[in-house]
Amino acid sequence: MTTVVPEGAMAAAPVISAPKAAKHALTSPWASLAAVVLAIVWTVPTAGLLISSFRPETDVKTTGWWHVFTSPSFTLDNYRQVLSSGSQTNLTGNLVNTIVITLPAVIIPIFLATMAAYAFAWMKFPAKNLLFVLVFALQIVPIQVCLIPLLKLYNKPPFHLMPIHGGENPPAGGLYSVWLSHTIFALPLAIFLLHNFMREIPGELIESARVDGAGHVQIFSRIMLPLMMPAIAAFGVLQFLWVWNDLLVAMIFGQSTPPLTKALTDLTGTRGQDWPLLTAGAFVSMVIPLIVFIAMQRFFVRGLLAGSVKG
Amino acid sequence: MSTGEKLLQMVIAIVLFFAVVSVILLLTQRLRSRRGELVQSAAFLLPAVFLIAVGLLYPAINTIIWSFRDNLSKNWVGLDNYHEIFGSNAELKVLGTTALWVIVTPVAATVIGLVYAVLIDRAAFERFAKALIFLPMAISLVGASIIWKFVYAPQIGLLNAVSGSLGLGGNHSWYQDLSHSPWNSLYLIAIMVWVQTGFAMTVLSASIKAIPTDIVEAARLDGVGGWKMFRYITVPSIRPTIIVVLTAITITTLKAFDIVQSIGAGGAWHTNVLAYDFYIRQSQGQNGTASVLAVLIFILVSPVVIYNVRQMRKAEAR
Repeated sequence: MTTVVPEGAMAAAPVISAPKAAKHALTSPWASLAAVVLAIVWTVPTAGLLISSFRPETDVKTTGWWHVFTSPSFTLDNYRQVLSSGSQTNLTGNLVNTIVITLPAVIIPIFLATMAAYAFAWMKFPAKNLLFVLVFALQIVPIQVCLIPLLKLYNKPPFHLMPIHGGENPPAGGLYSVWLSHTIFALPLAIFLLHNFMREIPGELIESARVDGAGHVQIFSRIMLPLMMPAIAAFGVLQFLWVWNDLLVAMIFGQSTPPLTKALTDLTGTRGQDWPLLTAGAFVSMVIPLIVFIAMQRFFVRGLLAGSVKG
Repeated sequence: MSTGEKLLQMVIAIVLFFAVVSVILLLTQRLRSRRGELVQSAAFLLPAVFLIAVGLLYPAINTIIWSFRDNLSKNWVGLDNYHEIFGSNAELKVLGTTALWVIVTPVAATVIGLVYAVLIDRAAFERFAKALIFLPMAISLVGASIIWKFVYAPQIGLLNAVSGSLGLGGNHSWYQDLSHSPWNSLYLIAIMVWVQTGFAMTVLSASIKAIPTDIVEAARLDGVGGWKMFRYITVPSIRPTIIVVLTAITITTLKAFDIVQSIGAGGAWHTNVLAYDFYIRQSQGQNGTASVLAVLIFILVSPVVIYNVRQMRKAEAR
């Protein structure tokens, strides 16, 4: 995506840039103040939640979290309540559900999309362009447009993927319908994105491998997959965050395996004032995506703009 | 299912997937003739194309058809569903609230993101300053809703403490007390802005850094500086990116239902929006009107996406 320049690419430029000049004018004390205020408004709510999740229940319910600076007292009780197997409001089962939903829903579409992107980029078959345009165009379909018919399709024979109607036991407790849905909704964008990256790999590389007698499968697994890793990582982070943070697909297809997002939404409804529980629970749901996000930030930025064309 | 069983099912699914794919690829690997290439293409392509056709194309067409049928999707009812949606005052209210979301969120997030990107550009702590704004992007809308519900809460919430110390009264349950729509929706919209600003800031910042320095130098020699530089050089240079950011946030906002579900108490106090109403209607089995709403989202989203894709292609061609 040419609009996105890797961080620091221009940092070596010695001359003054437009934003710097603009900043110069805006660098009145007011401008600095504005930047600091924005930074505070964007961080303090999360910090407040984090601090509260470590405060004793009575404290959280009666005083604001900033009182911690004048009368500090901390506890791990809230996390114990959320994570210990004995407690009624145990979220570990939901955490497991989220993980179990997320891993296949990231790995499978990426692999399928890489294969399809390879075919579109380096193989010859009839109606190739027409098919690619069709896949490309289907990016504009919003997820809501597919949900009702998809739900009916899953419930019908021969699929029977969902545990709703009667005694039929769906495979893996209905998880296949969640995995399939996430895979389907990811594919058009993934194919488009990975195809773009794949076109940038020099054709001579493929040609010489073919001359040496390598088949498509070998070229794909030995040359393409390693070269595509940055692109795969970029899309991987996007897809990971989508699936981990998803609520809609979980609420429609995954009732029997509710992930953290669903459990937390229910808690805000039924125990909306139970702040010790909510703060700790919210933080449990946030910590893994935050770690992944910070670790993979470099790749993510590249995937960002490309992802902005998803319908 | 127990934890062990679930993890086992997950491993089975992944292994099964790779086993099937490997068998297909290995079986077709040996074929070298012209027809062999065709079979190989099919092996690479058809799994994805089949899923897209069955899971995306077929349902999309059905939804459009079902918007003209009754709730069982059996009998044709003409435009009845559409009349029901556009003829009801409650539904028009939902559309009005949606419009508020779709107008305020992209503009606010983009403006704040742009200003922040300019303010911190090449500052000493740029990376850190960016990360602060950027992090909410990793948080689910459900998590963000809980964070802000905590800010808006009576007695223990930060907003009450601030407004109390400013002498504005300090014991509101903000978005609920202010039961006058559309003001209550603004408190929910603020959450979306909080999440989306990081996206706007990151993309715009990268674009700002790509402005050619000679343009800036030329303007500088002509005595342009400060606010004028921002207004006449920076903003016009990154206009295509600004539009992509605006439209991308518009689409995300139009489809988001998580915030209303989590803290809007299920659309009470007139906080209901299009995507949430769709969810409610489909969960109540009102497939006809729910399909109408899905089609409506589709119609609203498509021109924006098409425009964005064309912008991206133009940017790539450059």
